[in-house]
Amino acid sequence: MEQRPVATVAEFRDVNALVAAARAVYERGYTRFDCYTPYPVHGLDRAMGVRRTILPYISFLGGVTGLASALLLQWWTGGYDYRLNIGGKPFFAVQFSVPIDFELTVLLCAFFTLFGLLGLCKLPMWWHPLQGDASFRRATDDTFVVAIFSDDPRYTIKDTEELLRSMGGTNVHVHTASADPSTTLQSVTT
Amino acid sequence: MSTTTAVQTAHHRSDGVRFEREPLVLGNPTLHDITAKIASIAEDKPTPKYLLALSFTAAIAAWGVGCILYTILTGIGVWGLNNPIGWGWDITNFVFWIGIGHAGTLISAILFLFRQKWRTAINRSAEAMTIFAVICAGLFPLIHVGRIWFAYWLIPYPNQMQMWTNFRSPLEWDVFAVSTYLTVSLIFWFLGMVPDLATLRDVVKNKVAKRLYGFFSLGWSGSMRHWHHYEMAYLILAGLSTPLVLSVHSVVSLDFTAGILPGWHTTIFPPYFVAGAIFSGFAMVMTLLVITREVLDLKELITMKHLENMNKIILATGMMVGYAYAMEFFIAQYSGNPYEAFVFINRATGDYAWAYWTMVLCNVVSPQVFWSRRLRRNIPVMFIVSILVNIGMWFERFTIIATSLHHDFLPASWGYYTPTWVEVSIFAGTIGIFLTLFLLFAKYIPVIAIAEVKAILPDAQPQHSHHGVEAPSHQVEQSTSV
Repeated sequence: MEQRPVATVAEFRDVNALVAAARAVYERGYTRFDCYTPYPVHGLDRAMGVRRTILPYISFLGGVTGLASALLLQWWTGGYDYRLNIGGKPFFAVQFSVPIDFELTVLLCAFFTLFGLLGLCKLPMWWHPLQGDASFRRATDDTFVVAIFSDDPRYTIKDTEELLRSMGGTNVHVHTASADPSTTLQSVTT
Repeated sequence: MSTTTAVQTAHHRSDGVRFEREPLVLGNPTLHDITAKIASIAEDKPTPKYLLALSFTAAIAAWGVGCILYTILTGIGVWGLNNPIGWGWDITNFVFWIGIGHAGTLISAILFLFRQKWRTAINRSAEAMTIFAVICAGLFPLIHVGRIWFAYWLIPYPNQMQMWTNFRSPLEWDVFAVSTYLTVSLIFWFLGMVPDLATLRDVVKNKVAKRLYGFFSLGWSGSMRHWHHYEMAYLILAGLSTPLVLSVHSVVSLDFTAGILPGWHTTIFPPYFVAGAIFSGFAMVMTLLVITREVLDLKELITMKHLENMNKIILATGMMVGYAYAMEFFIAQYSGNPYEAFVFINRATGDYAWAYWTMVLCNVVSPQVFWSRRLRRNIPVMFIVSILVNIGMWFERFTIIATSLHHDFLPASWGYYTPTWVEVSIFAGTIGIFLTLFLLFAKYIPVIAIAEVKAILPDAQPQHSHHGVEAPSHQVEQSTSV
């Protein structure tokens, strides 16, 4: 089958060069690119033009859901559905509901954060268009990798490679695959 | 990256005197060195010593599980509980283990929010310890209810009796507090581990291990777009866990304070329990880390600085606990309540005085050695003190429970409680379960947060990073010379 380019991949050793390269790639107008790093590099997300994550809103929604369900649970069961007199205590009161309100708020907030994160990152993902690439595989160990995907409107093999090389990238190469990757690439760069 | 000398963050005083901070990672490793070091722990064949230790702890765990089964099949009459003393070793152990768990969340969440970078070397193992301790803790209320097959009654669910749980009871709050704590700790621990599991996935040779690490790392690629969300998730979870860790032991203490029993019915309990929990948790982390860094040869990652910092926290929380003991005693007299006053005099001079003074010696006196920097940095000393604190904190819970119960309002119902061999075995069993889980963890799960340690290495972050971290001095020199 015909080999098609998936992405142009460059390795970086120095974190400053990596940030500069990411900024250059972003400023050239590339949109379908990513950096792979062994640990979060401060400021790299801004250099790449990544917009602030919406995760806090998802978490907040979780917290509100948790609080609402805790109040509803305690009021409906004890104060409405089956009123049981225990030591003359009120059937429902905000005061005694506080511990469970707090716990369920935290619990649902944590769940929303976890699943929100997985959703935003589109994880779990058992396949990656670059997974056969040796540079990419070292990105979880000690290599900083910049990859510009071939479905980027500005992507041309020659210019992209030149850009990455001029920014100090080493081992700049085109990663190819036999199948048409354009449909699956969507998921890794948005 | 590897050629630079170990970087210390320098602080300049106005008179030009420079104080160097101790480096957090010794030996100046490269990024790959750290990967290789942690991966080798997981990849190397288990040594005979490891297998011996594992089978020893597993045997204790099995004996404990056997005794739990014996209790369940026979009934809790096999324990030494009697009429005035309805809570004995079981609830003592429950509170003890829950307390142990607190250090993990404190290190992972509170120190994270305070930007204490030294936490990175120890947070993973401390969080693991939290989870294993909470698992051990959770066992006790479940078997204490007597008919464990009805334990699900603790959870509100629609049923044919149309009855609900009693949300006015602190015992019900505890169900929610402990299970939320376990769940959130698990999420925090797992999420922190995903990038490290991905690292192991990409380096290990063994096919089965690769598959397993691959499965649990969820396809993590190290994408910066993912890191961006990930860092926010981690921050949110740290922010959630911080009040959570303070709430758990507070709610546990409400189990006692909501009762009218003298010795239990005090407002000081929630903060007192939390301080004690952190104290005992740090002592347990210390006990395990002193052994772990020796056995797994992690002295360059878990340095003397880490141990010394933990000893400082042990000293501080030990003082808080000591203050609480004194204040409890004072208030008991000052309140003018004869029952309250009697309980505390009885604690110090009565049938259980031996337990009370063991507690004071272990918890208040023994950590005082840490005022000395030399002793704070002495491995045998800190190991012994950490064991003493573990013992002392167990006795604290025993003292609170047993002395308050054994002499209550009516002298006619006074009694004394001694545990049976079954209770002792179950407690030993939970220590076995805890250590077995910890040994398995230390071997097969990245015991150090690889990505976090890499991120604090010299040169790991770009120079223009404005995250409130002062640029290491030599980087500034480098940039001017380039």
